Amino acid sequence: MTNQENAIHRTFISGNDAVAYGVQLCRPEVIASYPITPQTTVVEKLSELVANGELDCQYFNVESEHSAMAATMGAAMTGCRTFTATSSQGLLYMCEMLNYVSGSRFPIVMMNANRTIAAPWNIYGDHRDSMAMRDSGWMQVYVEDGQEALDSIIQAYKLAENCDVSTPVMVCVDGFVLTHTYELVKVPKQEEVDAFLPKYTPTDNILDLDHPRGLCISVSPEWQTEFRYQQYKAMEKAKEIIPAIDQKFNKAFGRFYGGLIEAYKCDDAEYVLVGLGSVTGTMKIVADSLREEGIKAGVLKIRFYRPFPNEAIQNIIKNQKGKVHIKAIGVIDKAVSFGNHGPVYSDVKAALSGFLFPKLNFIAGLSGRDIKKEDIKEMYQKLICVSHGEETTEIQFTGLRWKE
Amino acid sequence: MINVKEIPDQELLYGHKACPGCGAAISSRLVMKIIGQRTFLAYPASCISTVTSIYPQMNFNVPSMTAPFAATGAVLSGMRAGVNAKGIKNITILGIAGDGGTADIGIQSLSGVVERGDDIVYICYDNEAYMNTGVQRSSSTPYGATTTTTPAGKKSGAIGEQKFKKNLFDIMVAHRISYCATASIAYPLDFMNKVQKAKDVKGPAFIQVMAPCPTGWGFPSNQTVEIGKLAVQTGLWYLAEYENEKVTINIVPKIFKPIEDYLMKQRRFKHLKEKDLAVIREWRDHEWQFIKKRYLNM
Repeated sequence: MTNQENAIHRTFISGNDAVAYGVQLCRPEVIASYPITPQTTVVEKLSELVANGELDCQYFNVESEHSAMAATMGAAMTGCRTFTATSSQGLLYMCEMLNYVSGSRFPIVMMNANRTIAAPWNIYGDHRDSMAMRDSGWMQVYVEDGQEALDSIIQAYKLAENCDVSTPVMVCVDGFVLTHTYELVKVPKQEEVDAFLPKYTPTDNILDLDHPRGLCISVSPEWQTEFRYQQYKAMEKAKEIIPAIDQKFNKAFGRFYGGLIEAYKCDDAEYVLVGLGSVTGTMKIVADSLREEGIKAGVLKIRFYRPFPNEAIQNIIKNQKGKVHIKAIGVIDKAVSFGNHGPVYSDVKAALSGFLFPKLNFIAGLSGRDIKKEDIKEMYQKLICVSHGEETTEIQFTGLRWKE
Repeated sequence: MINVKEIPDQELLYGHKACPGCGAAISSRLVMKIIGQRTFLAYPASCISTVTSIYPQMNFNVPSMTAPFAATGAVLSGMRAGVNAKGIKNITILGIAGDGGTADIGIQSLSGVVERGDDIVYICYDNEAYMNTGVQRSSSTPYGATTTTTPAGKKSGAIGEQKFKKNLFDIMVAHRISYCATASIAYPLDFMNKVQKAKDVKGPAFIQVMAPCPTGWGFPSNQTVEIGKLAVQTGLWYLAEYENEKVTINIVPKIFKPIEDYLMKQRRFKHLKEKDLAVIREWRDHEWQFIKKRYLNM
């Protein structure tokens, strides 16, 4: 695609519209819908596309999120490409179904508009909803902006439907900050997406009149471990396939997201902040300004939280000569694991357990509270201080209204 | 009308591990004979899933799946949407669920699929408790039945289940469902004819079939049919159907057999005293008054 053609297809749309257009381009055959803020405008837009004849799809409204995922699974069992979307309480209500779908190996793609979970009641964004579903067997990709949301939907189908993977994907889009923010987004042409993502060819894991099978069966202790091992191996395989899909996507559409992670100015970085989703955009701006001040700041954006990119993270720690250039690393968690570190920090710390530099965990942006540039700058400053031996607490709640 | 001579010999459910005399297995076998092989089947966690589909065993000879307990209706909706998208014709989307999976945890999902008007058949085999988990009370458990969560108290005088059975048929009629019926495995022709209607009708169809459970109810395994008949003859269960916006009562007993004939044959009711039986008699008479007034213009 030439730049001129790109320009033609740039549209000023919300993150949710970007998701909906991404889904439309993937030609799902069945969509089960249930509304919840801030996801709702995704299923609204899709219903509009169907009503206007712009998307040929069995679209229907169900009575709960649990049913939305159950119905989506019912359709996936018939060999259809499917979609649904949810958020927060809805995602938790689906919890049983998420495990059901992943354990039965249906390649469903779902968008989750990241929103905190009650109580206290709040509709704004953080990652507590999807982080709570960490072990549901779904792959999770977090996006930085509307463009990445659209592109990740397309990539998600490619990934989920890979017969070596056959695992569902949750595309996590920060509530309001992305879902309701309008940006210029390049909407690919249908024929380009068709070429990248051909019609879905299911495996034999479907209901078939000619070959009766039992799906979602019960499995005794004698075999359960083997089933789980296959699920585990599929996720490991996905780690190899994700960067390859991103490369292929780059070739087709001219956009590349780094595969599992994006290491921004990390090659020589001494102070690296790790984050997921929309906040990584702000983090990059702060890193740039710190670099102007002579501070070697870097940003590690984790795209895929599951499968977790242990090896990719380890690879950014050393330079090409094998020397460790990082002096301190901080992880922003927009979630809390009560009684322990933040969930992302736990994983990053484990991945870097062989490295002795200090590590800090910043709990920030809970329930839609802004993570401002000043907050991020302060995090970098804390990394500098701790690298010089200053004592500090490992887990810090950013912007807390009182001092402890 | 179903003719016994024409019922296919082919068994689409066989080799299962159900208890001898299991009403759920009898009802499922009869259902499959009528619905036939062009079927996608969903059954939630229940006796019928446990006795037919533990890997690598598979006793239903149709494409089938174990549905999440709460979501049989929603799974059926998804399957129907899927076959519509794929253009698969002449296929029945069938659910077979127990009373707990239907009247309790599955009722939201059942209401959803019926309200949407999806072309599905939903069979609830009613054995009046959570039998698969060991006879716990459901909202379909009748008054006075002792279960493992509504035990009859030795000293307290607790009579076991203290609520009357939830009426699923009326709930389905309130949905203006395309077809619904109550049935009993003890009246197989009536039941199979209803299954045939459920299969043929466009839109959602629901049948609640009384499926006595020797293990949970406490009667010898060779008396399942006898017990099923007595439930109807004593007026404690009724055979009805709703089609073309009209309710028909298939059997209206002229005189009820004494309820003791039914209740006292079962371990779950053995503790009941005359005053408890009086409560059940009164409930039955009240229910039938309602039925006669509402549906029989009597």
